[in-house]
Amino acid sequence: MNAPTGSIASYNFAYLDEQTKRMIRRAILKAIAIPGYQVPFASREMPMPYGWGTGGVQVTAAIIGPHDVLKVIDQGADDTTNAVSIRAFFQKVANVAVTTRTDEATIIQTRHRIPEQPLKAGQTLVYQVPIPEPLRFLEPRETETRKMHALEEYGLMHVKLYEDIATHGRIATTYAYPVKVEGRYVMDPSPTPKFDNPKMHMSPALQLFGAGREKRIYALPPFTRVESLDFDDHPFTVQTFDKPCALCGAEGVYLDEVILDDRGGHMFVCSDTDHCESRQGDGHRGQQEGTFR
Amino acid sequence: MDEPLLRVAHLSKSYGPRVGCADVSFDLWPGEVLAVVGESGSGKTTMLNAVSTRLEPTAGTVSYRMRDGAWRDVFAMSEAERRFLMRTDWGFVHQNPADGLRMSVSAGANVGERLMAVGDRHYGNIRASAIDWLGRVEIAEDRIDDQPRAFSGGMRQRLQIARNLVTRPRLIFMDEPTGGLDVSVQARLLDLLRGLVSDMGLAAIVVTHDLAVARLLSHRMMVMKDGRVIEHGLTDRVLDDPRAPYTQLLVSSILQV
Repeated sequence: MNAPTGSIASYNFAYLDEQTKRMIRRAILKAIAIPGYQVPFASREMPMPYGWGTGGVQVTAAIIGPHDVLKVIDQGADDTTNAVSIRAFFQKVANVAVTTRTDEATIIQTRHRIPEQPLKAGQTLVYQVPIPEPLRFLEPRETETRKMHALEEYGLMHVKLYEDIATHGRIATTYAYPVKVEGRYVMDPSPTPKFDNPKMHMSPALQLFGAGREKRIYALPPFTRVESLDFDDHPFTVQTFDKPCALCGAEGVYLDEVILDDRGGHMFVCSDTDHCESRQGDGHRGQQEGTFR
Repeated sequence: MDEPLLRVAHLSKSYGPRVGCADVSFDLWPGEVLAVVGESGSGKTTMLNAVSTRLEPTAGTVSYRMRDGAWRDVFAMSEAERRFLMRTDWGFVHQNPADGLRMSVSAGANVGERLMAVGDRHYGNIRASAIDWLGRVEIAEDRIDDQPRAFSGGMRQRLQIARNLVTRPRLIFMDEPTGGLDVSVQARLLDLLRGLVSDMGLAAIVVTHDLAVARLLSHRMMVMKDGRVIEHGLTDRVLDDPRAPYTQLLVSSILQV
């Protein structure tokens, strides 16, 4: 399919050529068939540097159609540089509708957050992944980590958690917290806060992970079991916050610290901007509303 | 004790036309320590690596009597089974501790890794085992959270031994376990090894070029030269009454202080 005539006729729909999309779709299908398994794919050069979401962009480009509605978030926010430019990119090369509303989107490309509003069937969450291999910092050899996945040798992953407890008295890993998928593959959920790990479990949405520099795609089909690794006497817990969001008063959501001035003034606000704005639109107010602007 | 633990038959490993080791056969019995001696380049380490499945042999078989009493050809096992065997019922002590340890994780995690690999998921229990084993190899409990790179050579070697023994293996392979240690540290390590081997009823194959180590540790001895076993017998017999001319040369070459 070609882009609308007159605008950018030299590009194929969604930037990538059809052969490349086919190759990526095959990798995605394989990844869905083996949940949590890292499928190699021939990652392309994209018009952005590695580390800016080339993996996620390629996955999105391979699955997006003219009737999709795209939302892009960066650390939960719709309005940061990376999110804005990727959204603009797909507006330009695929001419698709875009949104910031979680419930309106059919494809949500994300860098390191899962929206607070529960996802529903039919939605696809595309993660940008910097380092797909959860064992990488423990075992530098790719040949060895592949073998460890193949033979289900995951003792080393617990060595990491053991080290955390020995050093900090608790599991200090707070993001990229390793999970076990369907009782088989250990997977890196990308550097999302561990707060979001439970949202991956049995999600009705399809979750796709793309790592452009490392040339890997992996996936969680809808309703997949995702368990965070832990010890019997040190069970997995998510972060908790002392106060609700300062803008919308939401509790039980992931908060970002915002510095207000150079005299130590700060407040905690929702990291998910869409969630925060819709709550404010519904009349919810936090304690520091107004001091921010 | 009426059956051997390990049977090696006609084991050969060649690298193209070069011979690593050729036609090595022996049985190893439970609780027995076999020393393999010879000069460097004689094929000792190649033989050890081939027996311990770290190298694929060119010819020959290695059979092991599993805990359930069944004999298995270790090279006919699936890779998963073999690796499981290697980290539960077997141990391998490298000459250089850095090859056998994870240098960037703490001593406690080094000891606990095998336990976690076989599915132990209770931090308190893993830590208690690690403390117990550090004590047995004479490493102070307050060093448990230090990384091995902060340890001396002798401590690293003892840590490597603890890491291997934590799953109570029945067979342990050692490649020059005292190489590179000064004599007093060597003596303490040998003392420790002797104690552990006899307490746990460990069978061991120890490769060494140091005849004194062989005499202290082993019950039986194999002498290798040019990849072949040229003499094989009880340690005291081989050392006191060497028969092959090469063994006579080897024994008479020991420096007297």
